[in-house]
Amino acid sequence: MMTQSIELAAVPSAVLADDPLVIAEGWAKEGRSVAVATVVETWGSAPRPVGSHLVIDGEGNFEGSVSGGCVEGAVVSEALDVISAGAPRMLEFGVADETAWRVGLSCGGRIRVYVEKLG
Amino acid sequence: MEQTLLQDLNAERQARRAVIRLTALDGSDDRLVREGETIEGPLASIVEAAFRRGTSRIEEVYGTSYFLNVHVPPPRIVVIGAVHISQALAPMAAIAGYDLTIIDPRTAFATPERFEGTALFADWPEDVLKDAPLDRYTALVAVTHDPKIDDYPIQAALKAGCFYVGALGSRKTHGKRLERLGEAGVSEDVAARIKAPIGLDIGAASPGEIAVAILGEIIESLRRRPLVGPSGSTGG
Repeated sequence: MMTQSIELAAVPSAVLADDPLVIAEGWAKEGRSVAVATVVETWGSAPRPVGSHLVIDGEGNFEGSVSGGCVEGAVVSEALDVISAGAPRMLEFGVADETAWRVGLSCGGRIRVYVEKLG
Repeated sequence: MEQTLLQDLNAERQARRAVIRLTALDGSDDRLVREGETIEGPLASIVEAAFRRGTSRIEEVYGTSYFLNVHVPPPRIVVIGAVHISQALAPMAAIAGYDLTIIDPRTAFATPERFEGTALFADWPEDVLKDAPLDRYTALVAVTHDPKIDDYPIQAALKAGCFYVGALGSRKTHGKRLERLGEAGVSEDVAARIKAPIGLDIGAASPGEIAVAILGEIIESLRRRPLVGPSGSTGG
């Protein structure tokens, strides 16, 4: 049982333990290459709000989400390029049509995602 | 993004302090601004507005695009009372993404066996909250039915501007509570913020159902609180 010597402020946040940016910090400390993807703009119906993060390591492992699953695959492959090239990139995803189904948003919105290397 | 900047950002979030990461998208600037910190130049008013709004967005300043990512502390629920409702509420809150802490000085209720994996304090709220004050990003749920235990944290939550303050009890019980709060100097306007009877009006009867009603009401209070701009809608 917790005692009086433990304060409310000292209780670690379980929510932050699953947070992509906290996971990214842990990955970097392990010496892994990391990219951080951030939703910076949305138009229309977008599945994840501005500020949402997806973090990717050099082997393609990822945590978090920028679209609820619609474009994560494309963001991960761009992130691997950013990790090797170093320079950040701005990605834009729009309405899915038949030819672009695999990298579109079926909800009909548009999003811009900023991908940058950590470190 | 520098690794030290990420470490500082995560430390601020763990300490429950609001912070903005300000990033020039042309790569010319990338820094943290803590709430209450003054910064120079045309970005000052934009940063101030972003803290007030609590949402992230791109802003243009003299031809440069800045992304302001506003990080407010993760939502937290503090429950006064280690009762049946709290036992049901603890796992539900975790699934919904809310940190939850339970405080109850009655050691017969506040046992680790009844609340495995939940942060639990078998102490008076006065003692637990003394050094770790409540904040705007905290919901206070008072469910002991005992004024000696519930009244202090309810007053503290109203003072701290908690986004939700709910108290268990019938309208009659709450009427008496409002009388006591009035005598303690709490104005009627402020006391009107207390959600009582607690929980959304869905006819909840069992402890588990009441926990659902409380969590629903907390979510409504957080997502529909004033001064927050539109966030992403569902879809995808």
